[in-house]
Amino acid sequence: MARKVPEINGGSMADIAFLLLIFFLVTTTMDVDKGIVRRLPPPPNPDAEPPDIKERNIFTILVNKNDRLMVEGEPGQLRNLREEVKRFISNPYNKETLPEKRMEQIDFLGQVSVSKGIISLKNDRGTSYDMYIRVQNELAAAFRELKNELAQEKFGIKYDELAKEEYIKAIDKAIPVAISEAEPENVGD
Amino acid sequence: MGKFRKDKDKGTPQVTTAALPDIIFMLLFFFMVSTVMRTESLLVKVSVPGATEVQKLEKKSLVSYINIGPPKQEALGSKARIQLNDSFASVSDVGEFILSEKEQLDEADRQFMTTSLKVDKDTKMGVVSDVKQELRKVGAFKINYSTRQVAEIKYY
Repeated sequence: MARKVPEINGGSMADIAFLLLIFFLVTTTMDVDKGIVRRLPPPPNPDAEPPDIKERNIFTILVNKNDRLMVEGEPGQLRNLREEVKRFISNPYNKETLPEKRMEQIDFLGQVSVSKGIISLKNDRGTSYDMYIRVQNELAAAFRELKNELAQEKFGIKYDELAKEEYIKAIDKAIPVAISEAEPENVGD
Repeated sequence: MGKFRKDKDKGTPQVTTAALPDIIFMLLFFFMVSTVMRTESLLVKVSVPGATEVQKLEKKSLVSYINIGPPKQEALGSKARIQLNDSFASVSDVGEFILSEKEQLDEADRQFMTTSLKVDKDTKMGVVSDVKQELRKVGAFKINYSTRQVAEIKYY
């Protein structure tokens, strides 16, 4: 008797689900937004004195309205920028003209020298956004390569492949991404 | 003999399709959850530049977007305009927009709010700088320059 009671046919459930599935498949935009993440500085305090930074610790990059680069007072090429930034930040031979370093005790790394170098980026209002991103990209690449080198030296693997949060934080601390953007103004008109 | 056959039948059951709806439902829920209904239509042409050093933006719900580019409607000229939500806006509207976006988030999440700048690559930096200044004023410090990921950058 009980066997004779027909069950609700579940066969079409799959079809209904398929229909909905296709609807959501079509409407889904899977584009994960990607980009270069930066942190803006807080607005300048009019009372505060601008910080006193030694000339040797600043690496100036100017981009004019024709998308030409001026790197440390000389016309520069985008293709050389990455190496120049790396050499500036790491200062391998402790040159007088390149930035100072301070010794710091960092967990998992021990005593490391942290560069005091700052990259100062200044662009004109007429600079194209494309060029600006290219420069930002080169800067990001330079810092990433430095981090990779340090991670390779300390942990034997690249920074990109580090899994442990503490290791990543340690490397970030040893190589801070010091990019300062000047208050906007017109340069090189 | 009869007993033998019976055993064989039991040993090879048919593939059951009873679990099919469940599998489909699983997929369905995945897509339902990952779907973001696109409510705004772009009024400006945005072709973002390419870069190699890109990071993924993690929580989509914490991201507000600012589109900057030349209007799609050619009658409106080719000068870069700012689009917030569904309409054109001026630089001075950016602060208010960010504050209202911030209001919609949970108190705990507000500090993680990210502003993604989707800017056309032919835009001049002037308008971008202005927007950045506005963002600094309202305390939206975390920004993302939206880019495509490319394998290599061509230098010229």
